[in-house]
Amino acid sequence: MASTTVSATRMELTRLKGSLKTATRGHKLLKDKRDELMKQFMDNVRQNRALRAKVEEGLMRAHGSFTVASALMSTEMLEQSLMYPKQTVELDMSFQNIMSVNVPVYHFKTQNADKGDLYPYGFATTSCELDGAVEALSEVFQDMLELARIEKTCQMLAEEIEKTRRRVNALKYVKIPQMQESIKYISMKLEENDRNNTIRLMKVKDMILEQSIEEQRAADAKALESAAKKRQIPQ
Amino acid sequence: MYKIAVMGDSDSVLGFKALGLDVYPVESVDEARKTLHRLAKESCAIVYMTEQLGAQMPEELARYKDALMPAIILIPGKDGSLGIGQENVTKSVIRAVGANIL
Repeated sequence: MASTTVSATRMELTRLKGSLKTATRGHKLLKDKRDELMKQFMDNVRQNRALRAKVEEGLMRAHGSFTVASALMSTEMLEQSLMYPKQTVELDMSFQNIMSVNVPVYHFKTQNADKGDLYPYGFATTSCELDGAVEALSEVFQDMLELARIEKTCQMLAEEIEKTRRRVNALKYVKIPQMQESIKYISMKLEENDRNNTIRLMKVKDMILEQSIEEQRAADAKALESAAKKRQIPQ
Repeated sequence: MYKIAVMGDSDSVLGFKALGLDVYPVESVDEARKTLHRLAKESCAIVYMTEQLGAQMPEELARYKDALMPAIILIPGKDGSLGIGQENVTKSVIRAVGANIL
């Protein structure tokens, strides 16, 4: 375990306790972020699936008409008919912030001289299937833009969720247990040092006490001896 | 102002021209790669690409997946849907959740 490499000092203990607090708080916040992102993501992904099915169906209809048109008309004629579109599309993009993930929002404007008329060709030389194809395409186009927005949003959210999930797990299963282990190790080591110190002091105290008792005894014996000598002289 | 591009074989994408989108008919995958990189550099916000073409250049799609621009959206070509689009939605769910929960 990494805890064996930390230096067992009071300063390190304080530092570790601080970072454990930060890590725990960070873990909680990231978990909340992940949950909210997941909620948003599930909403978006359901819409995405439904919209994709709708767009694919609409496009298949348009392709069907278009295939018939291209069978009835020559390729050159077809290209010529569609060469100069009447309608132009202007796309503007802004960003929406979902839990600090920037997702695009598209605003588009179609510019058309005549609203009802989007066929850039005369009707005399073209097949009516082509009209159908163009109409089907223009119907599905609105949904296609929406699909682009939602699909991109889903992709960005998926990426962010993946990142956040990894961070949450790394904090929960690696970082926090490691710090707790280190803190435990340091505090145990410090307590051990404290006990060592106390025992040593007690020992030293005992030794000093013993020494002073010895000294006292020696002094007493000396005093007794000299007192006995003094008593002998007068006799 | 941003552009909307449509890429794919010419039969599949020609119709989009009538809507006023920028159409890039491509014949080969190499050409498609070059066009895609060029579009990404020029301010192109959305690229609609046929699934048939997208299936042949997965690295390019992966490269732009996490970028804000362009958004590459796969659409069925004239030969019909290959189901790659729906599969990608499922993949993103698996990426986010860790399992397919739909």
